[in-house]
This record gives sequence, C-alpha cells and structure tokens, in this order.
Amino acid sequence: MSELLELTAAQAAEGVRTGTVDPGELWTAYRERALADELNAFSWVSGEVTPPEVERNAPLAGVPLAVKDLFCTEGIPSQAGSKILEGYRPPYTATAVERLTSAGAPLLAKTHQDEFAMGSSTENCAYGPVLNPWDRSRVPGGSSGGSAAAVASGAAPWAIGTDTGGSIRQPAALCGIVGLKPTYGAVSRYGMIAFASSLDQAGPLTRDVTDCALLFGAMVGQDPCDSTSLAFPEPVGLPTATDLRGVRLGVPEELSGEGIEPGVLKTFHETLDRARELGAEIVDITLPHAPHALAAYYLIAPAEASANLARYDGVRYGLREPAEDLLTMYTRTRSKGFGAEVKRRIMLGTYALSSGYYDAYYGKAQKVRTKIAEDFTAAWQVCDFMVSPTSPGVAFELGAKTDDPWAMYLNDYCTVPIPLAGLPAISIPNGLADGLPTGFQIAGPAFSENRILDSAHALEQAIGFDGSQVRA
Amino acid sequence: MLSRDQVLHVARLARLELTEEELEVMAGELSGVLGHIEKISELGDLEDVQPTTHVVAVENALRADEPRPSLPREVVLASAPDAAQGGFRVPSPGAAPV
Repeated sequence: MSELLELTAAQAAEGVRTGTVDPGELWTAYRERALADELNAFSWVSGEVTPPEVERNAPLAGVPLAVKDLFCTEGIPSQAGSKILEGYRPPYTATAVERLTSAGAPLLAKTHQDEFAMGSSTENCAYGPVLNPWDRSRVPGGSSGGSAAAVASGAAPWAIGTDTGGSIRQPAALCGIVGLKPTYGAVSRYGMIAFASSLDQAGPLTRDVTDCALLFGAMVGQDPCDSTSLAFPEPVGLPTATDLRGVRLGVPEELSGEGIEPGVLKTFHETLDRARELGAEIVDITLPHAPHALAAYYLIAPAEASANLARYDGVRYGLREPAEDLLTMYTRTRSKGFGAEVKRRIMLGTYALSSGYYDAYYGKAQKVRTKIAEDFTAAWQVCDFMVSPTSPGVAFELGAKTDDPWAMYLNDYCTVPIPLAGLPAISIPNGLADGLPTGFQIAGPAFSENRILDSAHALEQAIGFDGSQVRA
Repeated sequence: MLSRDQVLHVARLARLELTEEELEVMAGELSGVLGHIEKISELGDLEDVQPTTHVVAVENALRADEPRPSLPREVVLASAPDAAQGGFRVPSPGAAPV
C-alpha cells in the first residue's frame, strides 16, 4: 500500500491507465490514510468503502481528489470553515469539482480552511486549526491550509483550493508543495462560496509541478454559469523544460528585501543562482505600487466580502437564531454564526463602503489597483516573469499572530499584488530554512500558465526538493 | 481612532451585534488596520487614474435566454431553517426596533 502512496498523482494516473495500478487499491489506500489524519486537515472524508467506478482512459484516471470546504458539493457538507454553514449540504456541485470528477478524479475528502477563506494560518477555522506536517506546533498557512497539509502529509494525492490574496500559494509554500493561482477567469467560480468575487480563483495544490499542470488542465474553461470565466486560449500541456535559456526573470526590489526573513531570502537567492546556471537572465525590476497592494487589498476584499456575506441571514440555509422580529433574527444569527476575523472584515468592508468614506477608501483602492496592474504591464516589457519569495517567513507557531491582525495580513505581502492585477502565479518548494519549507513564486502575464509551469518545472528539477520525510 | 458610536453605526449597517467587550476590541483593531491602510493616501498621483473594478475586459457575457429546469422546490427548501407552505418562514418584520 505504501508504495502506492509514494506515486505522484501523474504517475498513479498513468499506472491506472496502463493497468499497473488498481484504482480500487489506490482509493482504499488514500481513504484509510485520510481517515487516520492527525493534522485536522479534513472536514469530511468519503464513507464509500467500495471505490467509485473509474474510466481507465480518463485524464485523471482514478486518482482521488481533496477539495477545499468552500466548494459546493451536492449532498456533502460544504461549510466554508464557518459555524453559520454547519451541516450545510448544497443541492449542486461547483463547476471546478464537477470538471475534475468528470475527468476521472473521485472525490475523496473536503479540507478545512480559514472561515470564508479569510486568514493566512487556518486558525480562523471554526472547526479547529490545521497543523503543519513539518512541525505540528506550527500553522500550515492559509486559507487553503487543509488542502496544503493533506497533500504535504501524503493524505491526499492532490487537492484544490482557492486564492484571493495568496490562499493557495502561501500554504503551499509553508507546507513544501506546489500551488498555482490561475489567471482570473481561467477557472469557473460557480459553486465556490464567495469571499471577494473580483479576486477569488480556484487552483491546484500538488506534490510537484507535473501534477499541478495535469490537474490545472482539467479545471480550466469557460462556464455558462460564471459570466466572468474565459476560455483558456490554448491546451494546457505537461511541462517538459529542463533549462531556462532565453527566460528573463524579473526580481522586484519591493518584494525581495525589506520584511523578508533572512532564511527565506537566502533560499531565494540560491534559486536565483540556480536559474542563472540554467540559462536564465536575472533582471532587476520595480513594482513601485506593490508596497501599497496590501492596503488596497484590505479595502477591496473586505468591501466585496461585506456584500457577499450579506446572504447569511438565517432565512434560506445554515444557522438561524430565533427572535421575535426579523431584524433581530438577522442580527443574532450573524453575530452567533460568524467568527471574529469574519466579523472584523465585514466591519472593515462595511465601513469602507459607507456613506462619506467610499471615495477615500474603496474608490482610492481601486485606483491603486489600476496602478499595480500598470506596474506589471511595464515589467513585462523587460522580463518574462516576476519572481519573489512566496511568503516573507516560514510557518509560524500556532497563536503567534492571532492577536495582531496586521501582522497576520503581512503574510500576504508578496502574494497580494498579483491577484489585484488578475495575473497567474505559482509557488514551488524552495528548500528549507530552519528546517521549514520556503516557497519560490513565479508570476507572469495573463494566461501564461503553460510557460510558468515550464519554468517552474526546470527550477523544480534543479532545486531537487524532497518532501517525502513528512509523508507518513 | 474610531469612536464607539462609529463602530456601533457600522455594526448596525452590517447587521452585527457586538458585546461591550467586542465593541472595545473591534474599535482598537479596526483603527489599527485603518492606520496602515491610510498610507495609500500618501499616493498623490491618483487624480486621473481610472479605477479597476474588474481585471478582465468581459462585456455583456450573455447566454441564450432559454427556459431550463431550476432546482426542485423541495430540494431547495431542504436546507431551510424553517420551511413552511412551500416557502421560507421568517419572523414578522413589523416589530423591528429602528
């Protein structure tokens, strides 16, 4: 059984196709492993002892999938890490999940997350924090912390999450796996429980870059149920590059110096050296508005969240706190059902949108967003990709940042400019600092995922990261 | 620093009820976060900048206007905290304090 768990998802899929891997044994091995999980990675694990029927020629043939809690899955609890949705079983399935199961990946489990994806540590999960498999006294990052911990610990072969300000890339970095935030619109948002609709994107969390490309290729595409989704302009291929000849990597001074932990910076510079050896040209670039991205993000995302979360009112689904009149029922339900961070962001967003403050806050943040996008457009004139550390630090101790919201928000410093511009970015494992994983981030122009994956593949081979020690 | 009245006003708009303790913590935390956020006011070059509401230039993404079945009523009502007579039952809005 343990040999099956050592296969990457792509190897397992190939094995199922060629008949060397039995999909039933694969299912059972992962289901038992997921049921034995000690990291609180899962909110639900399939009760199906009998493995689902598998179409052996399907692209993801029989490789079980873990899915972040906030994706709606028909008849299966989808609680978005919140008490307000405790026990909620949606009547339909999110398009992204539907596409992956149709492509042959059976649904193995749902994963814990920060409540409504608001957080960078998965400590804001109403069902308890998720632990980092590299050190159980530390956080796995967030908000897709359950998906990241599940894949890193070998309890799932691959998983999907969502990224609004860094919620795929940062936990991938802190857990030593690969995470891709696609171009805005590449993957349908239909059936994703919304946080900030102009930023939210679903993407893969995987053991390596090849698995990432395989899973991503099966998720993309226009969806009539999401009018902001777009057709991916080309087929998503499996990455093959082993060098970086002719590739210009732009290093922005704003995201690669001040505020980054020394150990993280060291691994970053080591990988820049490797990139040079592989033939890449390293270019200094500037993203002058990137230092203001966090401020713009913490206005735009809470503002959108305050509107999106207005739907939790105790009427149609989820929690209701009874009261004599309607307004008191709304207020009591929301006050009891939402956790502290969600309340904080709803308050922040409501304030930013309230009469008299709109122009000074929300209006200004949207202009900063334009400037950030222009910074990237200018950068693409001199480089192919922007590279930076994914997270300013390694995984921190549970509770270390829960009392200081801004200290927690600073985790998103390097990841947050990218979704504001709608761009794709990947985080790949970049070696250890103090025995804990660090991440290397590669961002590119809209729909450059194939090229990003290729460069990430070349770097991955050169870095030679081995995460097997935490796959029990 | 946000005043107690400002926090109460925003909480009312957001349909949230805060305990005295939460109110105090919230005022402090929101003021702290806003202090960092207000640094964007230092950016002086934004007068003529167009705001970005959406990153992709999609206009009028319309689908064919064809009737199709929606979810069955009983399926939708199955998640309701209080379903009655084929609908969602709620307490009276009449007695709400203003």
